[in-house]
Amino acid sequence: MLRLEAVELRHGGFRLTADWALSPGDRAAVIGPSGSGKSTLLMGIAGFLMPVRGRLTWQGQDMAPLPPGDRPVSILFQDHNLFPHLTLAQNLGLGLSPRLRLTPDEAARVDAALDRVGLSGLGACKPGALSGGQQSRAALARTLLRARPILLLDEPFSALGPALKSDMLGLVTELADETGALVVMVTHDPADARRFADRTILVSGGIAAQPVPTETLFRLPPQALRDYLGP
Amino acid sequence: MRSSMFAAGFCAVATMAAAETPVLTVLTYDSFVTDWGPGPAVEKAFEADCACDLRFTTAGDGAALLARVQMEGAGSDTDVVLGLDTNLTAAAAATGLFAPHGLTGANTLPVPFADPLFLPFDWGWFAFVYDRTRLATPPASFGALAASDLTIIIQDPRSSTPGLGLMMWVEAAYGARAPEIWAALADNIVTVTPGWSEAYGLFLEGEADMVLSYTTSPAYHLIAEGDDTKAAAPFAEGHYLQVEVAGKLAATDQPALADRFLAFIGTDAFQSLIPTTNWMYPAVTPASGLPDGFDRLIIPATSLLLSADEAAKLRPGALDAWRAALAR
Amino acid sequence: MARRAGAVSWPGVAVAAALCLLTLGTLGAVLARAEGASLTPADWSAVRFTVLQAAASALLSVGLAVPVARALARRRFAGRGLLIALMGAPFLLPVIVAVLGLLAVFGRQGVLNGALQALGLPAVSVYGFHGVVLAHVFFNLPLAVRMILSGWHDIPAERFRLAAALGLGPGAVLRHLEWPMLRAVLPGALVAVFLICLTSFAVALTLGGGPRATTVELAIYQALRFEFDLGRAALLAALQFALCAVAVLAAGWLILPGASGGGMDRPVQRWNGGGPLARLIDAGVIAAAAVFLLVPPGMVVARGLPGLADLPAGLWAAAARSVLVALVSTALCLVAALALGVAIVRGRFPRTLEAAGMLPLAASSLVLGTGLFLILHPVIAPYRLALPVTALVNAALALPFALRLLLPSLRGIEAAHGRLADALGLSGLARLRWLVVPRLRPVLGFAAGVVAALSMGDLGVIALFADQGAATLPLLVQRLMGTYRMEAAAAAALVLVGLSFGLFWLLDQGGHRAAS
Repeated sequence: MLRLEAVELRHGGFRLTADWALSPGDRAAVIGPSGSGKSTLLMGIAGFLMPVRGRLTWQGQDMAPLPPGDRPVSILFQDHNLFPHLTLAQNLGLGLSPRLRLTPDEAARVDAALDRVGLSGLGACKPGALSGGQQSRAALARTLLRARPILLLDEPFSALGPALKSDMLGLVTELADETGALVVMVTHDPADARRFADRTILVSGGIAAQPVPTETLFRLPPQALRDYLGP
Repeated sequence: MRSSMFAAGFCAVATMAAAETPVLTVLTYDSFVTDWGPGPAVEKAFEADCACDLRFTTAGDGAALLARVQMEGAGSDTDVVLGLDTNLTAAAAATGLFAPHGLTGANTLPVPFADPLFLPFDWGWFAFVYDRTRLATPPASFGALAASDLTIIIQDPRSSTPGLGLMMWVEAAYGARAPEIWAALADNIVTVTPGWSEAYGLFLEGEADMVLSYTTSPAYHLIAEGDDTKAAAPFAEGHYLQVEVAGKLAATDQPALADRFLAFIGTDAFQSLIPTTNWMYPAVTPASGLPDGFDRLIIPATSLLLSADEAAKLRPGALDAWRAALAR
Repeated sequence: MARRAGAVSWPGVAVAAALCLLTLGTLGAVLARAEGASLTPADWSAVRFTVLQAAASALLSVGLAVPVARALARRRFAGRGLLIALMGAPFLLPVIVAVLGLLAVFGRQGVLNGALQALGLPAVSVYGFHGVVLAHVFFNLPLAVRMILSGWHDIPAERFRLAAALGLGPGAVLRHLEWPMLRAVLPGALVAVFLICLTSFAVALTLGGGPRATTVELAIYQALRFEFDLGRAALLAALQFALCAVAVLAAGWLILPGASGGGMDRPVQRWNGGGPLARLIDAGVIAAAAVFLLVPPGMVVARGLPGLADLPAGLWAAAARSVLVALVSTALCLVAALALGVAIVRGRFPRTLEAAGMLPLAASSLVLGTGLFLILHPVIAPYRLALPVTALVNAALALPFALRLLLPSLRGIEAAHGRLADALGLSGLARLRWLVVPRLRPVLGFAAGVVAALSMGDLGVIALFADQGAATLPLLVQRLMGTYRMEAAAAAALVLVGLSFGLFWLLDQGGHRAAS
């Protein structure tokens, strides 16, 4: 269980509260107007932002003492998900060992992860030589290697075209099914939420609301969501 | 930490080696020990029969020597200091760190000179040096220089011994009128350099008509470079002397060797090296006389020299007057 | 702010502590030996002159650097990289060599007065307040250009593209893109040049024309050398620290945090070329700067050439010693600057650590050397430590420059990739190895080059510690000049310049090579 117990996050003058829980295997979308604090919520879970109040727990354990790298979390940002000076294989390898001392077995796992996301044979390339879609796949492949039970996606595919984005969401779904990870995805596109997420968290007015089934939410949208979606 | 422990170990080994041959440490100014200065030949000549190791340590120029001696204090490794001049000896004596040399040998300085603590090893007359191809008739006195529109470069008396010497020269020649002379010279002075080498370098580059140096400076150009264009201008007031001296530290752990070295300074072996390595007059003219070329130098009719005590007493007031005249 | 607080970075703290010890500790050692202390009216006029000339030099250096940097940022031409590298030469020249080079151009017999005479115009004198400022601009213009140029390079190319798409003219580009960058970069550049000029020594007196042009550092030299007045020297050094502290505080108040973006390492194209007139002006500015900065070093080369046939004895040994010292101090300096830089960017107490990194700039190297001598002398004969101490002190004195060069890039790396590295748990040495050093390589190479060249040219404390055997190349040049051997000195100076620049070039290129 990922549990946010009366958590209050502050970033500059901005305040966000949340008080709910998600289970392993859940796929949740975070939706809301821009500037409402969707990313702030993810930064809080990932450990880049410390709650000023309340507790964040995973399987009953307080995550406060854990720095971002030690949390049971993988995160993909909007950009800068790969180090431009390292090859794809090295970028992926960092998911296994921060010191990049890979055993032959681990090196094989890196290759396998590349195969799994359709980047076979590109391990020696640097990110600058790849397309945006390929970069996203590589970043996803690294989350496979890190094998953390929570995957946070902060709109990593927003710069991709519709077909590519749909591919990526499909890939995330497959991978999440394989690993049983809890996925929390920020999006501004209701269609993404409906396609991908069984639950949706609406963020507005400084509150990250209780996750509710996505279909229910869009069938009976609250005022804040209606304002966001427009006529 | 580790490197200092390494160094400490290194020292211990060095000391053990030294236990066999006694080491005489002579602190002197930088240019004395260069490959082309007197240092190497002096070392060779002295070591030939002293059964010792003569070791030079250096500290910039004459003024830096005194500061170094004071910094090292009573715990100094130095046995002999070579290169102070008479404008500094009063301050050096006041430190109480020097011991009498006990030598009574004659010297050939142009003025009577005897000091129980300090033994002269060479000397020279300060003079303004010029290029004969650019200046046909040099001024013959401070007054004429000040009245001309000739440019000069001098050294700062607060940081160099020639600068201090010039200040004392004006003091010795004009006494209470010194501030007036400095005021008159102010518009001739292109710039004031921190040391001799900057001033002489600028002069050779053509930055001024004359530079404060020594009557012996033309000898270098004549003998080493075969260039007779440089000359020193004789001044009617007379020329101030720089007398360079050596002294023994009271705390020396090699008193006998130190005495032997001071005695060696007065011998021909040492003195005959001075003219063409240090480009000064030897304190005792060697039996073989001066090298060819020195006979073409000007010989001032009057030599000026303030006693060490007088020089020390006059310095603060003279410095204020100098600064006031030139800061305007 | 509830951002996760950084941890204390111990290597950085250790470096800061060592710098405090080396600067303030040596000052304390001098003070401990002093018997009473007081300043004279002449000292106060030295303080006035020092501040005035430093302020004028800083304003002029930075003011002139802006158009030069702008022209260089906007233009691409063959040999641009080489020109930028060569224009750094004055900053890397030993002072006395550079002064002689300047005089070959601006002196009484210099090129400029020769030209004026040919045109029937009256000669100009370089000696005086303006001479001091001229020399300081000559030394520091390259540094200011470098600092401002990197500010220009840090403006993302996309913004210039956007400006071009919007059809913004040069005025609007200046106002919206370039001025905010200048506002962030200029105070730092001003303070850096101000601090360098504040501790100036030989330049001021040689070109200043007389005792009016006495700087604080020169007064310290005089107090130490002639009067052996340790108290006054320490008091003056403390005053110098105070002046620098005021300048640094003022800068902290003026400096705005600059943002710099990360990219995907794709080559960038600029879209702010302007019309033919702008091109002409830029060409003129670049040419003028090149002439001003390159002709004096060129004269040093020309003066040194005749003596090359007959190099003085001991030159190559001294050169080898200098190179060795330079390499050791470069390694020391970069490791320390990296540790301190990472601590400033990521750890706690960044302001305090950054101030500690600036300390050596404010220190009087004479007091530092004297203090070290007083500390070491009772323990070990100082001449035995001449080279290690020189390497250490040169490393410390060059550290503020290395730190200034590394910090913006370190901040940029942290801003662009820090989160990802945190998310992956990349910390300590692994973070240095896989993130910081690879991204920093070009800057690291450049910084190494600067530090090595500064160390090559610096007399620093060697004069206080050397004996007959351990001369470095600058000391040899000084010894040659002190014994009438001006031609040999010019040749040795040429070798020194060649080696300094060669070392700089190799390290700078090495950084670029390794990065690509």
